[in-house]
Amino acid sequence: MESLFFYLFAALAVVCGILMVANPFSRNPVTSAMFMVLTMISLAGVFVLLHAYFLAAVQILVYAGAVMVLFLFVIMLLNLKEEEKRKPGWVRMGFGLVSAGLFAALLLRSVAAARNAPLETAAATVDGGVKPLGLLLFTEYPLPFEIMSILLLVGMVGVVVLSKKELK
Amino acid sequence: MIGLSHYLALSAILFSLGLLGVLVRRSLLVVYMSLELMLNAANLALVAFSRFNQNLDGQVVVFFIITVAAAEVAVGLALIVALFRLRQTTHIEDLNTLNH
Repeated sequence: MESLFFYLFAALAVVCGILMVANPFSRNPVTSAMFMVLTMISLAGVFVLLHAYFLAAVQILVYAGAVMVLFLFVIMLLNLKEEEKRKPGWVRMGFGLVSAGLFAALLLRSVAAARNAPLETAAATVDGGVKPLGLLLFTEYPLPFEIMSILLLVGMVGVVVLSKKELK
Repeated sequence: MIGLSHYLALSAILFSLGLLGVLVRRSLLVVYMSLELMLNAANLALVAFSRFNQNLDGQVVVFFIITVAAAEVAVGLALIVALFRLRQTTHIEDLNTLNH
């Protein structure tokens, strides 16, 4: 059952990821944004399989909610049309494919080399529910948590300053 | 049986897809989305290691990464809007002032 769902979500994530970065039917950024959301939702499914329930919920809230709305808002605000068909960058496309492919081969090769590590099939004894994660967050990591809230404040102020009519 | 290496392989594939998007797409916004995909692939690897190490620390790190990513998206998109107001374009080949 677990493997069925893993392959389902993994296939969904990879297919939507491919359609996001290299969609043969549409160069429209809105399509890319929609497929990005589908990828994030499939990743949330994979998080559930990994017993990270809280992170799955946060993933959907933050990515399918906030980030997608921000992206769509900016796309609509800038009134972006499809990527104009300029001189097709075949060289650039080819080099990009080759380097990304080689990088994928490198990563997959190293994953395959560690296939028989003792960690491989350990049974889950911890659950990433709200309670254990919250306990850990507020007992072991209170300082990073506070720094994170300052970071969010700084981000908010920064966005307001950047969005002002004229930058001085 | 699904083991650690399956999750790591999925994470590697998604990361390479994000890299491909950064390298070949020319719209600044789509490049930005591909960056998000790479960040999520790293998150997946962290959660997988956390689950198979019987240790929740990795998930706390992922929680922080998601927070930083949300702030980063807001600031980055504000920068893109400011850039668009200045240059009327988000096509990366038009942003070559440092070239000449």
